[in-house]
Amino acid sequence: MDFSFSENQNLIADSAHAFLTDRSASSAVRAMMATAEGFDIALWHQITQQMGWHLTHIPEALGGLGMGYVELCILLERMGYHLLCAPFFSTVCLGVNALLVAATPEQRAATLKQTADTGKSYALAYTGQGRRWGVDSISGNYELVQDGAMLNGTYNYVIDGHTADRLIVAARKTGTHAEHGLALFMTDADAPGISRRWTPGMDQTRKLAEVTFDNVEIAADNILQKEAGSGDYCNQILALACIALAAEQVGVAEKSMALAVAYISERKQFGRAVGSFQAMKHKAADMLMRVEAARSAVYYAACIADEFLQQAPLGQELIEAASIAKAYCCDAAFFNAGTALQMHGGAGFTWEYDIQLYFKRAKAAQVSFGDSAWHKERLAQMILGDTG
Amino acid sequence: MKLGFTEEDEAFRLSVAGWLQENLRGKFEKIRFCGGPGDEHRLFKERLGWEKRLVKGGWSGIGWPVAYGGRGCSLEQQVIFHEEYARAGGPGRVNHIGESLLGPTLIAFGSEQQKQRFLPNILAAEELWCQGYSEPNAGSDLANIATRATWSAQANKWRITGQKIWTSLAHAAHWCFIIARIDPDAKGHKGLGFFLVRMNQPGIEVRPITQMTGTSEFNAVFFDAAECDVDCMVGQPGDGWKIAMGLLEIERGVSTLGQQMLFQNQLAGLVRIAKANQAAQDPAICQRIADAHIGLKIMRYNAMRALSSNNAGHRLDRAGITCKLYWSTWHRNLGNLAMDILGPEAELVKNDRYELSWLQSLFLFTRADTIYGGTNQIQRNIIAERGLGLPRESRHP
Repeated sequence: MDFSFSENQNLIADSAHAFLTDRSASSAVRAMMATAEGFDIALWHQITQQMGWHLTHIPEALGGLGMGYVELCILLERMGYHLLCAPFFSTVCLGVNALLVAATPEQRAATLKQTADTGKSYALAYTGQGRRWGVDSISGNYELVQDGAMLNGTYNYVIDGHTADRLIVAARKTGTHAEHGLALFMTDADAPGISRRWTPGMDQTRKLAEVTFDNVEIAADNILQKEAGSGDYCNQILALACIALAAEQVGVAEKSMALAVAYISERKQFGRAVGSFQAMKHKAADMLMRVEAARSAVYYAACIADEFLQQAPLGQELIEAASIAKAYCCDAAFFNAGTALQMHGGAGFTWEYDIQLYFKRAKAAQVSFGDSAWHKERLAQMILGDTG
Repeated sequence: MKLGFTEEDEAFRLSVAGWLQENLRGKFEKIRFCGGPGDEHRLFKERLGWEKRLVKGGWSGIGWPVAYGGRGCSLEQQVIFHEEYARAGGPGRVNHIGESLLGPTLIAFGSEQQKQRFLPNILAAEELWCQGYSEPNAGSDLANIATRATWSAQANKWRITGQKIWTSLAHAAHWCFIIARIDPDAKGHKGLGFFLVRMNQPGIEVRPITQMTGTSEFNAVFFDAAECDVDCMVGQPGDGWKIAMGLLEIERGVSTLGQQMLFQNQLAGLVRIAKANQAAQDPAICQRIADAHIGLKIMRYNAMRALSSNNAGHRLDRAGITCKLYWSTWHRNLGNLAMDILGPEAELVKNDRYELSWLQSLFLFTRADTIYGGTNQIQRNIIAERGLGLPRESRHP
């Protein structure tokens, strides 16, 4: 058993931190969040063509770097810390993962190679309007037609949906419910019949869109149907996304704490640094405890994700580990951001100080991909069986 | 990062589990799941007998170096032993203060003569130990020790005078290790000594303290010119604080490794009850059970991180110093959950002798978890100061 970072992994963390300190400073984040697109295309090109971060966990045979989910989470933690504005989460943690999980070997070879080479961005159209993110919230419809399928429906909360080059779409056969009749599709985002609209959000550092499909034709070889059982695939894609989101939230939790500690170390009242008061120190301690626990939860889940992607035995813990990481890390990040905001006093309520950005991102993460109550309910069912 | 243990370690796990299955039965059946914090008073003699059985099996001092009669197990193997021990329902160890705390301290700081004199009897569970740190005016402010150690040239002995408190198992112990002030003019952590004191002597009186559980496992210990031999001071005069802190680190490290499995037993017990009494149909209870499950899993991952070898640098330290606050808070919440799962039945005790169920003991005793070994408030001071570099509290001027 070895639950620690290798030298190489520490190197990845350090170089990501250095790169993002330079390229994702507060001024850059604030410039990008004021735009509709939400990211700087030059920076995205730098990330995909120079850093190759989007290739991290794509197997070498498919043109990737062949590293694992742990390395991916190391990058995501830093991205959360710096509130990186880029379609990385949508492309890699939703798009690439969907292809890794649900595509046929031929589809994977073709699309992932293309992603690797061109840095095309992806978005995942998943839910209609449900406040929960189980497969039953998938409400878009498909009909199988000659030579493929026909898609109809409106999707909400599609991260980077208005800017993505390609879309992965989860839809259900008309008239089916729950995990039955689901399938996944891929399409160019500007195919005929697709309309996309930016839906401005409270968290401006990550853009959401509404995507509508009006009799959109999908060719047969763009239906992701590795086998039957797309319900499982959807759950697995969601689980991988939850782990990735949780990794970002470790960064959010840590940066919130760092901002608070820096502020209370500087700010003086009653002739002393407010950070010398126990009322402040104890809040800071509660934050550190959560950062470290969240980090443990994420890297355990990342190891499980690697096991899952390699079809190793511990991979069967994927859903449980993902729910644990999602629930704990998102709550930890929100606790830390909220506590840090309070510790800033009046400054915390201003537009000028960055803590508000982390506070908003933390809430956005909490309510997407299933809130903590939903993940706990799922865990309770695992623990308690039918009686729950 | 690699999950899972090596084949060698898994073989070790099988041998531990096998031995426990063969031995923790017959006359020892009734002490399964018995003892431990909050339950130390129960079946003490039987548990001491079990301790001797462990000694015979070679399971005493498994983490001690082979040179001192231990088994020289790796940290992983110690974890495995603790896990299997708890899984099998192994009783609370009556010898743990000697075996887990004083033994490693003597190995680190003791003279060769002290090691030869004390270690074998600790390993054999022939001499039991208790720990004399806290005093009525030295709790969170442990350095405010007032117990005096004075050198009597005439008797060629140290004389100990003062009072210790919250001394677990003092009534059963043969020896007590204490910190006492040698230099009466010194303040705080200066001028202290670390002494090994025989309990059975006229200068020592042990008075049990009745806890809110109605039971008693710790005591007030009064020293009135109690004798301590010249060769029973560990280290030099003035080393007391350093040695005491070294021991506390051991207490916070190795000896908490096994507790997650114990906690898991407790949570599994609560789940069984919740399913049986329909509490599991209450969505609010389900949420809290899931919450406890999440918290416990993460506690295990935290321990795995702390154990991993090359986790050097400040991150390990930061993870390490948050452990006590984390587990004590988790366990206290579990105690609350136990009562809420029981509902009104939680109120009823077994009989008119105030005999509590294990759930009631859990509920009450977990209130001690957030206090002993450094209160949650002291833990937060430590975390904020050492983990985050915030200004230190004013200490002894």
